[in-house]
Amino acid sequence: MSARELILAGTDGDRGWRLDNYLARGGYSALKKVVGERIPPENIIAELKASVLRGRGGAGFPTGLKWSFMPRSFPGDKYLACNSDEGEPGTFKDRDILRYNPHTVIEGMAIAAYAMGATRGYNYIHGEIFEIYERFEEALAEARAAGLIGSNILGSDFSFELFAHHGYGAYICGEETALLESIEGKKGQPRFKPPFPASYGLYGKPTTINNTETFASVPFIINMGGEGFLELGKPNNGGTKLFSVSGHVNRPGNYEIEMGTPFAELLEMAGGMRGGRKLKGVIPGGSSAPVVPADIMMDCTMDYDSISKAGSMLGSGAVIVMDETTCMVKALERLSYFYFEESCGQCTPCREGTGWLYRVVHRIEHGLGRPDDLDLLNSVTGNIMGRTICALGDAASMPVQSFVKHFGDEFLYHIENKKCLVPPEVQYEGSQIYVSPKC
Amino acid sequence: MLEIEIDGKAVTVEDGSTVMDAANKAGVYIPHFCYHKKLSIAANCRMCLVQVEKAPKPLPACATPVTGGMKVWTRSEQAIKAQKGVMEFLLINHPLDCPICDQGGECQLQDLAVGYGASQSRYQEEKRVVFNKNLGPLVTTDMTRCINCTRCVRFTQEIAGEMELGQAFRGEHAEIMPFIEKTVDSELSGNIIDLCPVGALTSKPFRFAARTWELARRKSVSPHDSLGANLIVQVKHDEVKRVLPLENEAINECWLSDKDRFSYEGLNSEERLTRPMIKCDGQWREVDWQEALEFAANGLRSVLTDHGGEALGVLGSPHSTVEELYLLQKLARGLECENVDFRLRQADFRTDTLRPGAPWLGMPIAEVGDLDQLLVIGSFLRKDTPLLAQRVRQAAKRGLTVSVVHPVADDWLLPVRNRATVAPSAMPAFLREVVFALAELKNDKVSAELELNAPEAISDVAHNIASALAGAANAAVWLGNLAVQHARSTDLQLLAQEICRLSGARMGYVGEAANSVGGYLAGAVPGIDGLNAFRMINQPRHGYLLLNAEADRDFADSHAAQRALETARFVVALSSFGSANLAQLADVLLPISPFTETSGTFVNCEGKAQSFVAVAKPRGDTRPGWKVLRVLGNLLAVDGFDFNDSESVLRAALADGYESRLNNRLAARPVVNLSIESALERVADVPIHFADPLVRRAGSLQRSRDARAPVAMAHSQTLAGLGIASGSRVRLSQSDAAVELEVIADDTVAPNCVRVAAAHAATANLGAMSGPISMERV
Ligand SMILES: Cc1cc2nc3c(=O)[nH]c(=O)nc-3n(C[C@H](O)[C@H](O)[C@H](O)COP(=O)(O)O)c2cc1C
Ligand code: SF4
Ligand code: SF4
Ligand code: FES
Repeated sequence: MSARELILAGTDGDRGWRLDNYLARGGYSALKKVVGERIPPENIIAELKASVLRGRGGAGFPTGLKWSFMPRSFPGDKYLACNSDEGEPGTFKDRDILRYNPHTVIEGMAIAAYAMGATRGYNYIHGEIFEIYERFEEALAEARAAGLIGSNILGSDFSFELFAHHGYGAYICGEETALLESIEGKKGQPRFKPPFPASYGLYGKPTTINNTETFASVPFIINMGGEGFLELGKPNNGGTKLFSVSGHVNRPGNYEIEMGTPFAELLEMAGGMRGGRKLKGVIPGGSSAPVVPADIMMDCTMDYDSISKAGSMLGSGAVIVMDETTCMVKALERLSYFYFEESCGQCTPCREGTGWLYRVVHRIEHGLGRPDDLDLLNSVTGNIMGRTICALGDAASMPVQSFVKHFGDEFLYHIENKKCLVPPEVQYEGSQIYVSPKC
Repeated sequence: MLEIEIDGKAVTVEDGSTVMDAANKAGVYIPHFCYHKKLSIAANCRMCLVQVEKAPKPLPACATPVTGGMKVWTRSEQAIKAQKGVMEFLLINHPLDCPICDQGGECQLQDLAVGYGASQSRYQEEKRVVFNKNLGPLVTTDMTRCINCTRCVRFTQEIAGEMELGQAFRGEHAEIMPFIEKTVDSELSGNIIDLCPVGALTSKPFRFAARTWELARRKSVSPHDSLGANLIVQVKHDEVKRVLPLENEAINECWLSDKDRFSYEGLNSEERLTRPMIKCDGQWREVDWQEALEFAANGLRSVLTDHGGEALGVLGSPHSTVEELYLLQKLARGLECENVDFRLRQADFRTDTLRPGAPWLGMPIAEVGDLDQLLVIGSFLRKDTPLLAQRVRQAAKRGLTVSVVHPVADDWLLPVRNRATVAPSAMPAFLREVVFALAELKNDKVSAELELNAPEAISDVAHNIASALAGAANAAVWLGNLAVQHARSTDLQLLAQEICRLSGARMGYVGEAANSVGGYLAGAVPGIDGLNAFRMINQPRHGYLLLNAEADRDFADSHAAQRALETARFVVALSSFGSANLAQLADVLLPISPFTETSGTFVNCEGKAQSFVAVAKPRGDTRPGWKVLRVLGNLLAVDGFDFNDSESVLRAALADGYESRLNNRLAARPVVNLSIESALERVADVPIHFADPLVRRAGSLQRSRDARAPVAMAHSQTLAGLGIASGSRVRLSQSDAAVELEVIADDTVAPNCVRVAAAHAATANLGAMSGPISMERV
């Protein structure tokens, strides 16, 4: 049992992110190969398809397939956007990739641009991690100075301009079309699809958006070949993946492991359960993924298919670990508040429904629940899911549905007894931050 | 074409259609809020969710493209469940107090809630409250009712051309608002009231004045600009309470300008004349019609007896109806007076002998959307004809290239590719450059009829305009109000005609007012020996007969007009409104009905005659103008004044085939004056809410931003040359006419010009709208 690091490998120390260090680690060799050998773009896309790299931003869409949607011959600019808006509660991997290895993202984007004929790229960085944005600007300056970005990259006829763009912290700007609107200087609100960004993206031009980690994986795929990358993981789940482990574990942090590694191993890497307490449930893929009860989770391996079989999603790879001291009603109340505050407000079901959900969960937690509240929650989520412009509506609903499904008795206890099933002192022991709700 | 099935009905629709389009075609109603046929698709309300075969979840009909063989169910269990779900969400934060909402009875939300809402709310939490916003004097807000459909936002952005509203904040806190400290100032702003599906945006002037079901809905036609927007006038107890658009895709589509919509307030102004009045020994006295008419007839007769017909000046207005103008000119001619005109703001009438036809737009309004090139000469298009400008704006999105030759570079909120901002007197010389550039591009010769010598050089802009027109498949050249009111208008028109001949473009006149075309057709223009409007003022007459014309506001030279009337022996004024100025100048005031209280006809810029009937009873003792003129004709023993109804007047005026009289063609061998003034020149716009007597008295419009008091404007270099600082008070004078105003630097004004509005009380004592003016600091 150990980490299998590609992206994070060799990035220790405070200079690991610098260009000279990256070059020393073999950085930019993939770009040099692609540009130097004039590898045909379709071969690169074929390699990506073979690697079965699936989008690391949450939806797990096969990256090679996505790249193949970009129109080949399009007159005028085509764009690339890197999604570093990372705002999903529990997710903090892209921040570390940019902090410790920004050049692998730059290199991955340059290769992507080469493969799709994109002329300009933007890295959209979450607004609340400004030091990361500044570091990325520095890394970009290094790359530009070294002729790795800009006109005639490495002396070839391939040119690609890359810019950093920082947002202002709205979670919704991580949704790819809201991100494009935000880059355009508009209010970050998702667009209705179709048309999809590959045909009508940034400034109406063909655009591909990928997650930071997705781009960061690209140089490794070029270097080790698609097959090699795939073999690191398991069929249909290629490569390694970063997991942001948080919650009631001894060593929370980012862990890069091979896809298909058992959850139990990941938990051990993270130092095991804090205080040796019992695992209660895990949110395996960021706050919008359905919660999975402990027993089911302990049988899972960390890959898209296994987690999906367990009724949840690998999502962005944010693993939120909750032990027996957790009040599940309170946990859900916090999640519901997040979605209520982060809805962009465009579509009726999400704008009106997320507040409703939060208020119902809030009143249950505060001892004001009503007997039919669980039915109400199920019905309201049913009216939101699948009826909105973007997936935030689903993201707000899935936690509610799964918490109620798996921990319904805890909710009922709250409604009937007007207090938590997990006694307050136990909760405090577990988290040290327990504040008693006013019942 | 794609075949699709909706609720079992087969329909064929064009590629690129949405399910909503297909449903509309099939006559299937899908509930909706954010969708509007004239606006972009937002797909945010989710009310239009329908079931689509093979789709795992319901899809929004407004945003889902049709694919061949698609099967859609709009009222299946899945669809209804989804629609009801959305309706529940829309209502949870809605006040549900329709009885105190101004939209009650005409609310889309109320209507749909009856069909899709539950009788009891499952939402028991506190409802959201949204603070109201100040959008200006025309639109009032009740923002708690807003359902965030963003129709209003998209309207300002897409139709009005400037995003004056937006959705601020996120999620449940989302609010529709104008920019901080700003109001909605578009000349089309009132349309957001119609678009708002709930009671969030309602009419400020109409607020709580009546319920929609208490109001009669009557059709009418706007008496203001040359578009001739179709109206629904809503009336209660013979008082106009509200004006709404009557949809006519060929003219106003589903829109109205604010002037069309809110000018009705002027109908109830305190200045409405309701009793005939005569002035005896300097004292005004209300009298009955009999006495007033006899007084008027006697006065006119004594002028005629002493000085003959040519001593009379007969002046109508382009806002008068065809019937009124027809009888007016017939009366004049019956009195052996050829001095009759309705083109009060015009200064150059040389075209009267060159053009036998009535000038018009030269094309149907609906075809503006098909143009690929448009050259506009001398026009304040956006404020003069807001909805025509709106059509141009939409056409520009589809690829129309717009070029403008005008003394000011006003923002029309649409892309202008080529712009020549030149002083009025330099406009002919500039157009000559375009003519010669075109001739070269087209390998053609400049018409020998036109005595024109080649310019020394051709500017880039002139060249660009020429090449744009030369390559056009469907081009038009429009002469705007400034071009027609220009001191050398004929030169501009001849040059425009030459540009059209060389390029194949259609020539057109935007037209100043609702009946600018109709006045010609009614024959309200001087005969060969007669005096035109400008001459009647500059060669003062002994007697005047005025119809709907106010000397201090409606004339090319308001100073001269007032002086001419002042010195006249006898002035009869037929008018809907009185004013201190009119009281001073006239001897008889005959109260005639405004457009809402008479039947009549306007011929709009595209040459369409649109008749309307009274929507309310005449107020007080007012009488329809045509009836008053008929009686005057009878009293003065003029032949052929035995009309029984307005239809027979109309038949006489617009004898069959009047369309063939629409003709912009100018004949003969004109000499074009190409000299450029060295003196400072006046550029006068007629501000949108001062253009006619009715709108000048519309209270709410008069509080809008478009009605703010005029200041003089000049290019910063012009001011620097004169040693005048921006913000100074200046004295502007034209021979013996002068006013004092503040001047501000504005670099959209051509150099060597000063822009000073006409038609406003503050500038009524200035002289001609175009020509030299001097400016000095006071
Ligand atoms: C509400 C919402 C928030 C999202 N936030 C992020 C984000 O912070 N980072 C990210 O990479 N993808 C985010 N996504 C997913 C993106 O829309 C998109 O699927 C992704 O960036 C595509 O990249 P990938 O194919 O490389 O995963 C979000 C989606 C939604 C609906
Ligand atoms: S689902 Fe929510 S966040 Fe997404 S577009 Fe609709 S309102 Fe905005
Ligand atoms: S104010 Fe009216 S039109 Fe505007 S978003 Fe709200 S409901 Fe829609
Ligand atoms: S009408 Fe289709 S979503 Fe609003």
